[in-house]
Amino acid sequence: MSFEIPDDRRYRESHEWAHAEDDVVRIGISDFAQDELGDVVFVELPDVGESIAAEEAFGVVESIKAVSDVYAPVSGEVLEVNETLFDRPELVNEDPYGEGWMLAVEPDDEDELDALLDADEYREQVE
Amino acid sequence: MAERTPPLHDEHRAAGAEFTEFGGWEMPVSFEGITEEHAAVRESVGRFDVSHMGQVVVAGPDAGELMDRLTTNDAAALEVGDAQYTAIPDERGVMLDDAVVYRLPDRRGQPAYRLVVNAGNDEAMAERWQSHRDTWGLAAEVDDRTGEDAMLAIQGPEALDAVAEVGEDVSGLGRFEARWADVAGVECWVARTGYTGEDGVEVLCPAATVSTVWEAVDATRCGLGARDTLRLEAGLLLSGQDFDPEENPRTPYEAGIDFAVDFGSDFVGLDALAEQAEEGVAERLVGLRLTERAVPRHGYAIETPDGEAVGEVTSGTMSPTLEEPIALGYVPIDYADPGTDLSVVVRGDPKGATVVELPFLEERR
Repeated sequence: MSFEIPDDRRYRESHEWAHAEDDVVRIGISDFAQDELGDVVFVELPDVGESIAAEEAFGVVESIKAVSDVYAPVSGEVLEVNETLFDRPELVNEDPYGEGWMLAVEPDDEDELDALLDADEYREQVE
Repeated sequence: MAERTPPLHDEHRAAGAEFTEFGGWEMPVSFEGITEEHAAVRESVGRFDVSHMGQVVVAGPDAGELMDRLTTNDAAALEVGDAQYTAIPDERGVMLDDAVVYRLPDRRGQPAYRLVVNAGNDEAMAERWQSHRDTWGLAAEVDDRTGEDAMLAIQGPEALDAVAEVGEDVSGLGRFEARWADVAGVECWVARTGYTGEDGVEVLCPAATVSTVWEAVDATRCGLGARDTLRLEAGLLLSGQDFDPEENPRTPYEAGIDFAVDFGSDFVGLDALAEQAEEGVAERLVGLRLTERAVPRHGYAIETPDGEAVGEVTSGTMSPTLEEPIALGYVPIDYADPGTDLSVVVRGDPKGATVVELPFLEERR
């Protein structure tokens, strides 16, 4: 099975992605992660204004069969939360890199992005 | 212990199944996704391989008495082709397992029964039957057929059509009735029973021929994941999880299956259960619907609105049909009435819940 791994973003080994967009970094989980979880039925995310710290869990994703923490790829302040996921958690499965995004944060240190895996490195890990 | 695999294991692998360990068996947990499989059974028809279920055949002059004395229901009253849900109690009335008993056609003029128990319990139950037979001096053969006999479940509103398309029309069977019938050219024991809350059949045949039946029936492949969400919506118990003789010993009255207890003839544990029937239970299984977004799971605490712990969730899920979180759990009888406000503690956070009537989903058959 092959998974979609867009080249335009960075990845954590724990299967979160981070996408730099102007002054914000958008965060979600990878195609591989959503497939491993199965049908997502619940997403718990921090509130706007909270801070998240790289390497630490910022939220929870639950499928019928599993509960999984989601880890922050970068540190920063939460600017936006994808509240659509509270009513439509299945978007994480259907469009993990698009409508299934989770947070947009203002990064404390953009260099943290460089420490993440690039698409090729992540692809190597997953395949 | 090496895991046991069902005869269809290769077919499941080829179909892209994701596997899980359950009761000592490696079984498919899902094929295309639990939600999709669940919906297929509620809306049309799904097929499950349930060959991990324990199969014990009991036959002989005293088979009826042996069945009757080791189960809570009135097995001896079954006519050929009847099935019943029952519990297997110990002396305290505590359920060791729950089961479905089928009365088979007589063998050599003597009564015969098939006892279908939960995955991994076949050896223990076969031994229980043999040792009590010997103690009581009864004449009956006890044969553990698990692994030699395969079992499929074809479930959903279109299940009987799906069976008729490839074999005999078995729509003449009433609920909990069974007979021999041709399915895809294979002679099968076909029973109008199931574990989904939908209409449908369970089909037994030799392991060597099950592939023919499995491949012929036009229905969505379903795994144990959907089987679990379906049975939970239907308020059906899962042995080893909603009750367990060691971890969570419960009687049929506590578990809310009073209908499976019949005092018409003697059985192991009758005295204890008769006393409980008289005096009532201290705790009872209830259905909970969460009023806040969260997923209740096995082992989560149940609290009063004041934060007093009163029980634990035994089974819980996000109901795919209701699209709401549902759970089963035992609570003191004072909190067991429908409408009672409780909470379920999810990662340290109490989430509002209300006691509701079971089943969560009305049976549609």
